[in-house]
Amino acid sequence: MDISKELGVGDDNLFQIIKKEVLAPSIKLFNVSAPEIAAKAQPGQFIILRIDEKGERIPLTIADFDREQGLLTLIFQEVGRSTKELGELNEGDSILDLVGPLGMPSDIEKFGRVICVGGGVGVAPVYPITRAMKQAGNEVISIIGARNGESLILEQEMRKVSDELNVVTDDGSAGMKGFVTTKLQEILAEEKKPDLIVAIGPLVMMQAVSELTRPYQIKTVVSLNSIMVDGTGMCGACRVPVGSKIQFACVDGPEFDGHQVDWAVAAMRARMFTDEEKTAMDGYHHHAGGECQCRKAE
Amino acid sequence: MSKGRIKPDRQEMPLQDAIERSKNFNEVSLGYTLEQALLEASRCLTCKKPQCIEGCPVDVEIPSFIKFIQEENFQSAINKIKEKNNLPAICGRVCPQENQCEKYCIIGKKSKPVAIGRLERFAADWEMKHGDTKSNIVEPTGKKIAVVGSGPSGLTVAADLAMLGHEVTVMEALHIPGGVLVYGIPEFRLPKAIVQREIDSIKKLGVTVKTNAVVGKINTVDELLQKDYDAVFIGTGAGLPYFMDIPGENYNGVYSANEFLTRNNLMKGYLFPEYMTPIKIGEKVAVIGAGNVAMDSARTALRLGAKECYIVYRRSENEMPARNEEIEHAVEEGVQLRLLTSPVEIVGDENGRVKALICQRFELGEPDESGRRSPVAIPGSEYEMEMDTVIMALGQGPNPLVSQTTPDLQTNKRGNIVADEATGQTSKPGVFAGGDIVTGAATVIKAMGAGKKAAKAIHEYLTAN
Repeated sequence: MDISKELGVGDDNLFQIIKKEVLAPSIKLFNVSAPEIAAKAQPGQFIILRIDEKGERIPLTIADFDREQGLLTLIFQEVGRSTKELGELNEGDSILDLVGPLGMPSDIEKFGRVICVGGGVGVAPVYPITRAMKQAGNEVISIIGARNGESLILEQEMRKVSDELNVVTDDGSAGMKGFVTTKLQEILAEEKKPDLIVAIGPLVMMQAVSELTRPYQIKTVVSLNSIMVDGTGMCGACRVPVGSKIQFACVDGPEFDGHQVDWAVAAMRARMFTDEEKTAMDGYHHHAGGECQCRKAE
Repeated sequence: MSKGRIKPDRQEMPLQDAIERSKNFNEVSLGYTLEQALLEASRCLTCKKPQCIEGCPVDVEIPSFIKFIQEENFQSAINKIKEKNNLPAICGRVCPQENQCEKYCIIGKKSKPVAIGRLERFAADWEMKHGDTKSNIVEPTGKKIAVVGSGPSGLTVAADLAMLGHEVTVMEALHIPGGVLVYGIPEFRLPKAIVQREIDSIKKLGVTVKTNAVVGKINTVDELLQKDYDAVFIGTGAGLPYFMDIPGENYNGVYSANEFLTRNNLMKGYLFPEYMTPIKIGEKVAVIGAGNVAMDSARTALRLGAKECYIVYRRSENEMPARNEEIEHAVEEGVQLRLLTSPVEIVGDENGRVKALICQRFELGEPDESGRRSPVAIPGSEYEMEMDTVIMALGQGPNPLVSQTTPDLQTNKRGNIVADEATGQTSKPGVFAGGDIVTGAATVIKAMGAGKKAAKAIHEYLTAN
């Protein structure tokens, strides 16, 4: 068989949305037909998609993959114009471009006791890593958090692949009240120390987790969703100092040692296009007929 | 040369007005009129022993095609070029002819050389308007070749092998084929419609182009060879940006030239917010470096609305690596040169945005290993320039995605793939490489030259047994 046809990429290829689900008020799930990417995808990797001819290249972590059915699961939060437009697509619609799997896969092996921490939409990329850690024979304790119970995603899925699942919300409307770090602190205080922490979520959360684990010298893996263009190491937009080196999140990451990441630079670089994001959203409001679609900032 | 022969002067290229063009992305060079082309072609002596061909990396039979122009047989002219060059509309625009064919032109000894590049462009553009491209009718060989990367070397290999009857699939990581021709070289120098047309004509030869295919990720070179392909050509280019390693390089407003140009050219950032990819420029822009990529970046910055734009370069004008024409065009448009100057630090504001560039002055010392006089820093000469955007155009290295995932592919210490200069053969049987991934960042035509050699070698490899 011709691998180029097998590749499922090219001029006349369609990346069709097979299933769409609303997981939380601003968080949506797509199952997208992309057999060749699904065949190669591994936990920790991401894809880049482009909705249409005028679209930007949007990096999204891979929340799951079904090799047999050739499906990728993408879970995204509508934070700006492009992700809102993405969220408007429906089952049966197609995405113009989808490229991947990009980035380095997670390092999955038997570490012993692993704590998987997911915050907000960050639970999505944590899920396949958690599953793989469990399959590799680790004792897996998970902590998933959100602002409130309504925003919490993948609770059932995470429960299935964890030995212990802890739910925390900012307002206590589901699980315990507090932040993921509140629960993590408790676990770290226990006698049996974890061997590895995997934490994915907002930058502030990943930084807080890293600061919390630093004194314990427990290796802490985080995943950076830096601003990217090509996603193949060509442009350097996603650069971030890690230890003494400049690393590109797209090819060297997206996972890095949280104790080595320069969080101040990562946070600063995430603000590069704040003004332009506002301009784009103004255009979106206009395009949506003047109806205000504002949401509280995450 | 007969004394009695009246030669017209070298025909100047009609250009868009400098002030006007610095505000738009339309092509700067408008191309010869028919009259100009005939006058310019008449300057060619169609030498019996032409020197010009020696300067051409793909051996275009220059006097023959110019003779056809003299005879107003334009279809034959372009056919003659295409015997050796599959991308004439591109080469006619971006080749550094002054260092190649035109450098050897005998007329150039006493006067200005024949404008070979402009005539090549004229013939290619004539074909776009009037000609019809022949379709490929060669007996299929049944051999399959995967070409990794759709830049100048990959497209050349693909076209040459397709014309020999092989089945070629080009795999491109980005969503549009063309490589540096699309993401790197701006619209005003090389319109994307021209690139698209050249790619379309290569597709007409039977070449399949797959976009969104990152070799090294969706499949490895070994998988390509095991599953389906008889040979693989790697032409992945110089896709790794260099930074200076000076303080402040991570402030917002510091771009690699690759990022800046990709946002603008591939993603059409200049049309933001109609197109969704933003590009931020501010009023004062410094481009570090003085090659063609630096000139492209500086001229793009002006078109995006920069009020002041500087080329900051640590050597002098004589050492600037860009084509003379590109430097002239940039200066005409208002780009200012800050020569013998190099940044030592980028200063940011409290929000992490670029605020200023601290530069140091240099003077020229003894020649270095490159033969150019080396720049020597003048102690205590540091000064500050207010700046909103800094673009690093310091050259590009080889992108490691393919070599990282192909363990038995030998690379040198810079990460370039080691390949035989004459054949493109790598350390791995059935795998060939050419263009910037082998040589480091060079020119479109050099990459094409490497592609030609590799295509020949791949054909021999595939038909040997």
